[in-house]
Amino acid sequence: MLLQVRNLSTYFLADNGVVKAVDDISYDLEEGETLSIVGESGCGKTVSALSLLRLIPDPPGKIVNGKIIFEGRDLLTLSEDEICDIRGNRMAMIFQEPMTSLNPVLTIGHQVMEPLMLHKGMNRKEALKECIELLKGMQIPDARTMVGAYPHQFSGGMRQRVMVSMGLSCNPRLIIADEPTTALDVTIQAELLDLMKKLTRDHFTALIIITHNLGIVARYADKVIVMYAGRIVEKALTRELYRSPLHPYTIGLMESVPRLDQDIKQKLRPIEGQPPDLAYLPSGCSFHPRCRRAMERCRRESPTLREVSDNHEAACWIYE
Amino acid sequence: MNNVNTNALIQVRELTKFFPIYRGAIFRRKLGDLRALDGVSFDISRGETLGLVGESGCGKTTTGRTILQLEHPTSGKVFFEGRDITGIGKYEARRLRKHMQIIYQDPFGSLNPRMTVRDIVGEPLLIHELTKGRGEYRDRIDSLLKMVGLNPAMAARYPHEFSGGERQRIGIARALAVNPGFIICDEPVSALDVSIQAQIINLLEEIQEKFGLAYLFIAHDLAVVRHISNRIAVMYLGEIVEIADRKDLYREPMHPYTKALLAAIPIPDPEMEYSREHSMIKGEVPSLFDTPPGCKFHTRCPIMQKICRESRPVLKNMHGNEHMVACHLVI
Repeated sequence: MLLQVRNLSTYFLADNGVVKAVDDISYDLEEGETLSIVGESGCGKTVSALSLLRLIPDPPGKIVNGKIIFEGRDLLTLSEDEICDIRGNRMAMIFQEPMTSLNPVLTIGHQVMEPLMLHKGMNRKEALKECIELLKGMQIPDARTMVGAYPHQFSGGMRQRVMVSMGLSCNPRLIIADEPTTALDVTIQAELLDLMKKLTRDHFTALIIITHNLGIVARYADKVIVMYAGRIVEKALTRELYRSPLHPYTIGLMESVPRLDQDIKQKLRPIEGQPPDLAYLPSGCSFHPRCRRAMERCRRESPTLREVSDNHEAACWIYE
Repeated sequence: MNNVNTNALIQVRELTKFFPIYRGAIFRRKLGDLRALDGVSFDISRGETLGLVGESGCGKTTTGRTILQLEHPTSGKVFFEGRDITGIGKYEARRLRKHMQIIYQDPFGSLNPRMTVRDIVGEPLLIHELTKGRGEYRDRIDSLLKMVGLNPAMAARYPHEFSGGERQRIGIARALAVNPGFIICDEPVSALDVSIQAQIINLLEEIQEKFGLAYLFIAHDLAVVRHISNRIAVMYLGEIVEIADRKDLYREPMHPYTKALLAAIPIPDPEMEYSREHSMIKGEVPSLFDTPPGCKFHTRCPIMQKICRESRPVLKNMHGNEHMVACHLVI
């Protein structure tokens, strides 16, 4: 087992109380596996990923509970130096915004070479050679000259390729991609994700893709976690989840997106209402105010994740 | 397509919009033109939705803005109810906006943060003097808010107190205030959460049915566009490369770019995804400043031939059923 997350809770202390951005989540990831975390904005998917790398700004944030066992070590017990040794080396992150997550005053080469020199102990010459190989691997044309270019000379798609090269540079065991293609056009998105999936498959790297796009999940993930208001509401293998979604929220999400392969002029069935404010969560199950199948019990008690069928868990009272 | 059809609500003919690019402050010289629109023609009938899809920078938004006369076209004409509205003056343009409105993408940037919801929705009523007296003004605002699913009691609040979806509803109420016949929806749901998108799409469909509105629905999400549109136009680098009934476009895409766009969109079904090809085209969209000669798509086209580099294909009607394609290789 590459990664075991157990009862992870990350809270933020705000003026109006405690915001439970991530509340008691647990999941496992094997070597070479692709996991997708799905949910809408503010559901805690990004915070849960940042927690893995211990990148939560403290204060106001704090990982209040849980264990993150990565390659046999609990990351939450490591010192700052030890975690720095893991970040970008054994576990790397690719951020959503290729426009803002590269340093504008340093060349592309400098930024891709940095982790190589830091973690792999390479000298400049070796790092440069490796960097050119990485950029070529991401199909960046004319890689040899491009190492001297600055981020503003690249398009959005090319910048995201640079980000992926940086993420892959030290041959990490786990890559976390936070909405890696949301800012890109669909044709570029498909090309980049296919390439990323191929490279991770070649190196047997595990991948966590954070997204709100159910199509991307279906195309790339082996298993899926659905998050709502800081908690996991459903967990399953990808095929199983799409064949028989269990949680009313997952079902709602699937019914609310128009699909290319379905009949047209079928009316969409949106989930009514708004996602809740994490500082003022509803009582009981956080989803009950928007749920079509809410019962009296849902208003009072919060359900926990339970196995409904083989390898398929849902947190909902209707499966009690 | 050059005849003027009086049944159509909107007619766009050979519309071009070039933005000149200059360099230097004292010895300013023109470097060339950024060809945002390059000969775009289409019709929109009453009550119809035309979807406009394409990647960023292909000229979708400029098309919308030029129809509304927010931009003056370099050449070409726009007709509204058979009347040429190209290059009309400010005063006339203002009167025109009683008939055409726009809903923007960004529900955070398009509402004035210093105005209450009542003032935002009421402003068009005041400008066009559509209500008489305080009472009627308030009643009209209340009914507009109800129509878009907002509680009129919230009219005294400011935009920041609302979520993205609710703000988009406010924008729709403002557009509806003047009773327009035509609304340009410029990426109205792209900034919203998945569960909220469906609410707004349903709302747009409801009000269309109720008021017989025509839409120009601009989006990059083909699944959403297919859901809401009657016909769809696919744009690439300022040109329409294919325009067809939505059923034909999805069942039988003809232009290689349309095919690639459709393949690139993941379908939320793992079993289907397993057997699909995803990325049919490689590379980046060329710059509008330096567009390729011949067919603008030839630099990325998987089936490119010699002729594609040399001459520019024109939109031609296939099978006589209003399915038009601009490609040399589709016969």
